[in-house]
Amino acid sequence: MPVTQETLDEIALSRSEYEAIVDRLGRDPEPLELGLFGALWSEHCGYKHTKALLRTLPSASDRLLVAPGAENAGVIDLGDGLAVAMKIESHNHPSAVEPFEGAATGVGGIIRDIFAMGARPIALLNSLRFGQPQDARTRYLINGVIGGISSYGNCIGIPDVGGEIFFSDSYKGNPLVNAMCVGLIEDGKMASASAKEPGDLLMLVGADTGRDGIHGASGLASRTFEEQAEMRSAVQVGNPFLEKVLIEACIEALDIPGVVGLQDCGAAGITSAAIEMAERSGMGLKIDIDAVPRREEGMTPYEVMLSESQERMLLAVTPGHEDKVFELFDRWDLDASVIGTFELGENVRIFDEGSQVSSTPVVTLTDAPEYTFSAPKPDWLTALQDKDLSEVPVPSESAGEVLLQLLSAPNIASRFPIYRQYDYHVQINTVVEPGGDAAVLRLKGLKRGIAVSTDCNGRICYLDPKIGTIIAVAEACRNIAVTGAEPVALTDGLNFGNPETPDVQFQLNESIAGMREAADAFGIPIVSGNASLYNESAGTAIFPTPIIGSLGILEDVEKHSTVGFKNESDMIVLLGADDWDNVEGLAGSEYLDFKHDTIAGQPTIDIDLELNVQSVCRDAISSELLSSAHDVSDGGLAIAIAECAIIGGKGASISLTVGDRWDAALFGESQSRIVVSLPEANLGELSQMAESKSVPMKVLGTVGGGELSIDDVVQLPLAEIDDAWKNGFTKAVSD
Amino acid sequence: MKFGIVVFPGTWSEKDTFHALAPVLGQDAEYVWHGETELSGFDAIVLPGGFSYGDYLRSGAIARFSRVMDAVKDYADAGGPVIGICNGFQVLCESGLLPGVLMRNDHLEFRCIWTDLRVENDSTNFTSRAKVGDTLHIPMSHGEGNYQADAATIERLEGNGQVVFRYADASGNVTEEVNPNGSINNIAGIINERGNVLGMMPHPEKACEALIGGDDGNVIFSSMIDSLATATA
Repeated sequence: MPVTQETLDEIALSRSEYEAIVDRLGRDPEPLELGLFGALWSEHCGYKHTKALLRTLPSASDRLLVAPGAENAGVIDLGDGLAVAMKIESHNHPSAVEPFEGAATGVGGIIRDIFAMGARPIALLNSLRFGQPQDARTRYLINGVIGGISSYGNCIGIPDVGGEIFFSDSYKGNPLVNAMCVGLIEDGKMASASAKEPGDLLMLVGADTGRDGIHGASGLASRTFEEQAEMRSAVQVGNPFLEKVLIEACIEALDIPGVVGLQDCGAAGITSAAIEMAERSGMGLKIDIDAVPRREEGMTPYEVMLSESQERMLLAVTPGHEDKVFELFDRWDLDASVIGTFELGENVRIFDEGSQVSSTPVVTLTDAPEYTFSAPKPDWLTALQDKDLSEVPVPSESAGEVLLQLLSAPNIASRFPIYRQYDYHVQINTVVEPGGDAAVLRLKGLKRGIAVSTDCNGRICYLDPKIGTIIAVAEACRNIAVTGAEPVALTDGLNFGNPETPDVQFQLNESIAGMREAADAFGIPIVSGNASLYNESAGTAIFPTPIIGSLGILEDVEKHSTVGFKNESDMIVLLGADDWDNVEGLAGSEYLDFKHDTIAGQPTIDIDLELNVQSVCRDAISSELLSSAHDVSDGGLAIAIAECAIIGGKGASISLTVGDRWDAALFGESQSRIVVSLPEANLGELSQMAESKSVPMKVLGTVGGGELSIDDVVQLPLAEIDDAWKNGFTKAVSD
Repeated sequence: MKFGIVVFPGTWSEKDTFHALAPVLGQDAEYVWHGETELSGFDAIVLPGGFSYGDYLRSGAIARFSRVMDAVKDYADAGGPVIGICNGFQVLCESGLLPGVLMRNDHLEFRCIWTDLRVENDSTNFTSRAKVGDTLHIPMSHGEGNYQADAATIERLEGNGQVVFRYADASGNVTEEVNPNGSINNIAGIINERGNVLGMMPHPEKACEALIGGDDGNVIFSSMIDSLATATA
């Protein structure tokens, strides 16, 4: 049966992939089967361009309980009978088309991945990227995304405690919405997404199945698109109230002895969920498509299998125990139906009203082709890296003026206007709220706590995908370190352009190599992750944006640190190198982009120094030497100090003895630097700690007064920098 | 004291409330499912925060038809103490157990922030441990907390001392600037005429321990416990 290009385009498979299917099946696929292949062999479900690379990432660790890819999320041991499941996932393409529902269902999806592990979700984070916020369409996207995250997360009662939002022309046509979720598993009550024995029943619970989201995985997520309007029907619609009830019911269901497996229906709906369960179980599967409750009439088997209707879960249930399952879900007012049976055999057999519609080998469906590639470093990149930054002119404005401009820049200004739309208190575990470097959560009944954060500077990854990704890992861990916690697990959300182009292939290879190197150096496993490719419009890819989610453990959650200065007369100290006369530190900086419209330079990082700086900071916090600690990143040292002053409500007098290039000194973004404040009496002990780990340390000044003064180049009243930082974001999206 | 914490589908603060009452304040607490009709065993009833029934139609509009609300009405009519927090306050207004209505925040956004509540009446069973003019540092998180009522009702509430909490600054100044949602007269919490039913938008259970930002919320629960102890003494 010859297949038309139109059909192939609809399911986003290439002709050679189609031929591979024919070859492996030994025949042409039926139309329904073609739909199944389109879904499972999509980039989103099949990880064709990333599988081989992701396999090289380190995941071994004493704490690792579930390896990446084995189940819905990675799980690590926290001790005391607790384990934590964590994962980050993207919902970029749907959010570009329908931002509210795209973001809402992105949140819904990641939550399901977590409670499919039997973990009770305790925190959400979201990492967002948009074009410049002065643009009308971008404002529409921003409002929609924030509204969607807010409405879904708040309704479902999971606190949204962190994340980032970053603006650049690079993301104008391709916003990024990456949602991370963390959940707690108690005493080995971990669920698995597989059946136990042939004969186990496949049950579908939750929402009815409708036509929303068909081709969401293949159509939206697996190729670039220009015609957004036609893709609207492929965006899923969320119902957080239903999901809240579903969480409670499913977690309760795991206590029923006959419930042996739990899986969520996400991208590619029942198709991926059920067939992946079968593969994991090493069994075949019979699906009775007519048993699936529908919310629309006249749905074809194809539509039912591919629907991405939200808030649906699959259970594997030992026969004879389904009545208890029905009773439980009935009590929660949720639908439950038996839709199939796991069986001995290799195939997934789909039946409609008793007649077999298709029979396809499970492993052929789940074993999508793997692509590896090697691509040279593009010349344009070398040119950007080699740019002589000493040619960048020092601004004619005063340092104080530039500082105020940067404080109110969309990439630096306070994000409070955004995150106060999210409930970050519910579940009453929030010890350090959003607005700092990482959120800190307590674990009720335990002394221990956790810190969580996301980080990635796409601009720096663009300038050097390998070093930029190492820096992303380092920063995600540094955010954790400045709260006093020790990072123990990472999750990665890859966001890249079209993987069929050499430039993106170069970025992918380099980025994963960097991630591997960094994770190895830190000794931290990457426990889960997600890949979103084809993020480009009109042939231009987004910055390579490998977002790193990090989780750390605080042995004593009471001994944590926060950003703001605390006490008059505390000393302000820089941990890390003071290379502020080094103009190279401006590479990829916010200042260079914001003031000079330039993205250039060679980012660098010394991993050993980074590890030592983080270690000294952490030790100082647990020894209770410090009053505050803050990571130096976007905007550089002056911004970091200003933030400490604003958040602490206290001025500071700083002497750096800057030379001619005050801009490099104040706004350079060299890595591995932390600004701390502490009582003078503790300076000696901190100094010893720093010296023992060969970490440079420099006293910068003192906390106090009502002004921020830096040498004689900056002298600004606290009220003025406070106003610039606190109102910058609102101005950027409404002026 | 035995607290009954009502749970509707979509409620999520019941666990937080349980934590504030049981582990933290050492009380007996039990969840009451929305289909329940028997409340006699409880010394006090809590309608906690959340999004009962997804806030469909209006916040609390559907919950108020639950079977348990008939029992709560009887319980309140008999003088039993009832506290409605956030969504719970909305349910109490929808049920007519408290006057007025909670509308969409005037700026139209969901807002999660710490508030300082000025205690306006310290002779209620919910505020006996406080003094008029005290401020309690308690967080709020809601999209529909804008308390509105007709002029006659507001006059009656103010005249009778039924306004228990107002949004203020840390020094207790009640100003328009610190009004986080547009509520008339910065009203954050009220009681019924009889004084046994209190509704408030901010969440006292979210301020039950210093570690999570403060424990001023315990003033309210402790006042309730005190009054129940004297009642049974």
